[in-house]
Amino acid sequence: MVTLEKRPQPSRIVAWSTPFMAVLATMIAGGLLFAALGEDPLVAIRTIFWDPLFGQHAFFYRPQLLVKGAPLILIAIGLSLGFRAGIWNIGAEGQYILGAICGAGMGLAFYPAEGWFIFPLMVMAGALGGLVWAMIPGLLKVRFGTNEILVSLMLVYVAEQLLASMSLGLLKNPQGFGFPGSRNLQQYPSAHNAELIAGTGMHWGVAAALIAVIFAYVLLTRHQLGYHIRLTGEAPRAAKFAGIAPARLVLFCLGISGAFAGLAGMFEVSGPAGQVSIDFNTGYGFTAIIVAFLGRLHPVGILLAGLLMALTYIGGEIAQSSLGLPAAAIQMFQGMLLFFLLAVDVLTSYRLRFGKREAA
Amino acid sequence: MKLTKRALMTGAALAVGLAATGVAAQDDVTKVGFVYVGPVGDGGWTYEHDQARQKVEEHFGDKVETVYVESVPEGPDSERVMTQMALDGADLIFTTSFGYMDPTINVAKKFPDVKFEHATGYKTADNVSVYSARFYEGRAVQGTIAGHMTESNVIGYIGSYPIPEVIRGINAAYIHAKKVNPDVEFKIVWAFTWIDPAKEADAAKVLIEQGADVILQHTDSTAPLAAAQEAGGIIGFGQASDMAEYKPSPRVSSIIDNWAPYYIDRVQAVMDGTWESKNTWDGIAPGMVEIGEITDAVPEEVKAEALALKESIASGEYHPFTGPLKKQDGSDWLAEGETADDGTLAGMNFYVEGIQGEIPQ
Repeated sequence: MVTLEKRPQPSRIVAWSTPFMAVLATMIAGGLLFAALGEDPLVAIRTIFWDPLFGQHAFFYRPQLLVKGAPLILIAIGLSLGFRAGIWNIGAEGQYILGAICGAGMGLAFYPAEGWFIFPLMVMAGALGGLVWAMIPGLLKVRFGTNEILVSLMLVYVAEQLLASMSLGLLKNPQGFGFPGSRNLQQYPSAHNAELIAGTGMHWGVAAALIAVIFAYVLLTRHQLGYHIRLTGEAPRAAKFAGIAPARLVLFCLGISGAFAGLAGMFEVSGPAGQVSIDFNTGYGFTAIIVAFLGRLHPVGILLAGLLMALTYIGGEIAQSSLGLPAAAIQMFQGMLLFFLLAVDVLTSYRLRFGKREAA
Repeated sequence: MKLTKRALMTGAALAVGLAATGVAAQDDVTKVGFVYVGPVGDGGWTYEHDQARQKVEEHFGDKVETVYVESVPEGPDSERVMTQMALDGADLIFTTSFGYMDPTINVAKKFPDVKFEHATGYKTADNVSVYSARFYEGRAVQGTIAGHMTESNVIGYIGSYPIPEVIRGINAAYIHAKKVNPDVEFKIVWAFTWIDPAKEADAAKVLIEQGADVILQHTDSTAPLAAAQEAGGIIGFGQASDMAEYKPSPRVSSIIDNWAPYYIDRVQAVMDGTWESKNTWDGIAPGMVEIGEITDAVPEEVKAEALALKESIASGEYHPFTGPLKKQDGSDWLAEGETADDGTLAGMNFYVEGIQGEIPQ
């Protein structure tokens, strides 16, 4: 018989190895799933994990990993700060949308004027849009004690309606024959978040994601605020005695995660997506929550987790078109990753004991 | 840093890759890619595109290889999927949703030797064709049946996005429902999605609560029909596909998109080297739009009337947008006997007189 026994202290080694165990377990269970669908599991796993990195067309996929991973990393970094302090911003998707609307709106306000100052203004507008949207649950929590999980989540749906309204009204392309969607920013040089070096996928959003990783790392290890964040999450009572103002921390964590999500939306709309459209958001804000936990809420972990997640997306698409695997199988595969991560997480605080349970 | 070096290499590799695709096009086997907005099992829009893909395979056998990716979000993800297909040697790529328009144009620029076919859009290029069906012809038949069948005189309509294609459908259905039942009223709900069974079901329930006993839908799943069945005494129509599992009621008829002849034709053109960029907009007559079986839940005389309308549209004798027609604001649109031109229809952004509510903006 197998029983769970609580460890005296959570194991650090296990905590760091669980993501790898989860990935391994996902590969095994996913392999069985693909085998059940009549595919060679090794070929399927190779197509998803190997081909995008080292396959025949890797020159195209590698930059795409950055394009797909950057918004995930940028958002997840912001979220992880709050998550560490026990402040749950679930509405990054909405803040991402607001960042895109404000950023694109700022750029389109200048259309067709050209100028070096337009893009920096858009960046600021994007960050501010996300920040303001995240301040709503923040201020409500601080002032009225509302639950930030519910408020931030509900605001995603409000943001989606706003996005639809913007695509159909204020930001609609006047030369779009009545079809919804804004002008394409890719065709407006001053507002275009183009690749910094052609063919690398490196756009400003990727740069911002890397800067965010370093910023979060320094903040958490070298800065007093980072210490407060960690302390509040790990020992809330001690944090209170230490005189940490919870209200300020709530506003800071929600604000920074909102601003990062807003930036991600702004870089996406002015770069890879190009235009504000009703379907602009594709779930980066929610997937980033998975990425944050997959990365153990650690900046470097999140960087790797974001790239891994991007890899499963891109590899999943290749598996669909070259092996004919259904999209649902790929989504299940991604779901397994989080499932196994949560499952093996138990091992951080508990250890398995084989043999008969002894009488207490 | 390593990155700059790799950047130079990728640039060179991209050029080589593009050149390689050109060579791939010379193979005996024509490779055809399909990008779908929904799952192939949606029972509607994507299902019919995938049926047509299978017919392409049946028709050409070993001479063709088809690949598809389903549930591809409209935006940068679709651009990546198309690029991937082109890199893998596709000769022809069908992108089957409106939102793939700009991505299709972007990718087409990078692969001048690959042919692209974009459904329901308006941007063409030397290697990009656009194609769509005159669904509004089917809507006219649907409106006739709906107008006769409603007892509450309230017809519910689930719109997807307020784009000309959808607005045309609403207008065509309304004009013909009104013709057979002057008291009829349309209630329109916008779902802002092509496919989301939960949202579609909610929309259907809201319409039923507001007294609608006929539900028309311009979204792709069978969820509204399921909601109609659950509510009881409500009828609806198959959208994009026959949705025959809901026969004989609530599904009393359907509009079926039959893409197979067009797809086979275009693949053949690529094989023969005669492919040219063009703009195709076909309706009932060439068979791109089909009317699914009208069930016995519909009285015999109504069925006969609907079929007669279908015949007259097919023969070209009747156009669903024939004057006198006014716009919603009361201004004149078409004079007696005048028919709408394709330009106006393609960009239709107004309701005809009598429809309540506003087009969202």
